[in-house]
Amino acid sequence: MLHVGLTHFLVISIALFSLGLYAVVTRKNAVMVLMGIELILNSANINFIAFSKFGNFGLQGQLIALFVIVLAAAEAAVALAIVLNIYKTLANINVDEIDSLRD
Amino acid sequence: MNIEQLISDLFYIKPEIAVAVTLVVIVVVDLIMGKNKKALPFISLVGLLIAGILVVQQFGTAKFVFKTSINSSLMAIDNFGSYFKIIVVVSSIFIVFFSLSSAEIKSTYARHGEYYSLIFGMILGMFFMVSAADLILIYLSMELLSLSSYVLAGFVKNSIRNSEASLKYVIYGGVSSGIMLFGISIIFGLTGSTNLYEINSLIQAQSFPSITLLLAGLFIIVGFGFKISAAPFHFWTPDVYEGAPIPITAFLSVASKAAGFAVLIRFIKVVFVDSVDVNGFWHLINVIDWKSIIILLSILTMTLGNFAALWQDNLKRMLAYSSIAHAGYMLLGVAVLSNEGIIAIMIYFIVYLFMNLGAFFVVMLVANEIGSEEIDDYKGLGRSIPLLGVALAIFLISLVGLPPTAGFIAKVALFIALIDANMIVVLVITILNTVVSVYYYIRILRNLYLVKVDEERPMLRINFLNKVFVLFLAVPLIVFGIYFTPIIDFAKYSLNILGL
Repeated sequence: MLHVGLTHFLVISIALFSLGLYAVVTRKNAVMVLMGIELILNSANINFIAFSKFGNFGLQGQLIALFVIVLAAAEAAVALAIVLNIYKTLANINVDEIDSLRD
Repeated sequence: MNIEQLISDLFYIKPEIAVAVTLVVIVVVDLIMGKNKKALPFISLVGLLIAGILVVQQFGTAKFVFKTSINSSLMAIDNFGSYFKIIVVVSSIFIVFFSLSSAEIKSTYARHGEYYSLIFGMILGMFFMVSAADLILIYLSMELLSLSSYVLAGFVKNSIRNSEASLKYVIYGGVSSGIMLFGISIIFGLTGSTNLYEINSLIQAQSFPSITLLLAGLFIIVGFGFKISAAPFHFWTPDVYEGAPIPITAFLSVASKAAGFAVLIRFIKVVFVDSVDVNGFWHLINVIDWKSIIILLSILTMTLGNFAALWQDNLKRMLAYSSIAHAGYMLLGVAVLSNEGIIAIMIYFIVYLFMNLGAFFVVMLVANEIGSEEIDDYKGLGRSIPLLGVALAIFLISLVGLPPTAGFIAKVALFIALIDANMIVVLVITILNTVVSVYYYIRILRNLYLVKVDEERPMLRINFLNKVFVLFLAVPLIVFGIYFTPIIDFAKYSLNILGL
């Protein structure tokens, strides 16, 4: 039977991280970009928990992950409020078209 | 950890507690007083003064507080942290005064309670950041700072410029803090610890795969580089600085940058130092070549900042690029990896506080009256704002770094540190950069005084208090330019980073 080890978790986390960065770079919709940021944060969470479990570091990793989850929620709330405000003033949340400030 | 220890440790974070209490008081007073918001700035000032006094009282303390195990703790209370807290408090006091006369902030009178409580959220984040000794505390306090500043950057909700600035800030900020967290998770996986001092002793004791460590270090630098707006993580800076309300721009450019530098210096010095020799040079553990990385970042940052500033038409945007360039100069103080470099950065920050806040304050007062920040609209304005014009000249000359202003002293301290570290090529590049910067600073002064305009421009009505206030920012620059021993002594006294 296949044994699930640290490497499997790390592969998943690095895949999530890369997908998150890819989403941030390619998506035009601001909400999609924010989802990419959430993926990056969660990939770090997987890392913390996997290292904590397989490295015998106690429960520290799980604790950090809890903090990060709370923070990600706070960040999502602030970011969505900002996006909502953009939508109210411009009726548009395409990050490529919001470009009144530029060189 | 027992409860007595916890309570006695609370006495070491009195400044942070004062800031947090002021935040709560502002929220409560805002609720009780209803539509009358006049008391809020005064409460903020009182809170800041109390926090400032508590920070000054803390000078000389050197202690780890909030122990998580026998040899690791969450915070390190030392003079280095207190020094940067002083810079944060002084700039916050100035920012409260700025907000009182800013037309943009006045237009949001009904939401002043939110405004001042968010400012205190930023201050609380910065206070914890500069004395954090644990990567997770660093991350959490940076996020506290960032979340408050995202909202403040877009505080005038119906202004398109403001909203766009805060959207760009939140996206860049979210990505860079996410990347930083990923770096922290790799360090945690390698060493099993998030405490800076514990990581240091573990790296010294055993060898870790250097590629992984390098990757983690670079990921963490992304987060710090975002806060100090070093290239190539600077993309948000011009847009956010141009779009945000001017008091917030000034606050971001001074206080948040100071906190970023403090945490960057502490991270590199504590985690990677092997020993400090008698001349004050740091010998780093041979795992990551920080010297080359930071020199590269710094040259990139200052060159990009200076050259991009050359063709800006908006004064706020130009000052944004100039603040990127200054971050580049200050990074050199980190790159020399010596105590002298750190002293140079500390001196630079005191001077930078006065000159940058001053420049933004004059821009704000003029924008209140003529409703524009375009450099072309400053043509022939010199006679309409006699005092402000002279003050702006002092600020800009100091930003260039010419005597007799304090900007010169700051640059000289930095150059001496570079010469002592035998980095002559870098020094030459820096001086060439300074020469380039003369052009865009002097261009404003030329528009003010030397350009002939057809019609005489009317006198701008500047409040008497604001004039006094501009003098408060301009006079120290001249005084420190001539009599600079006190700031150098103060910086030397505050050098002590705990645990080395």
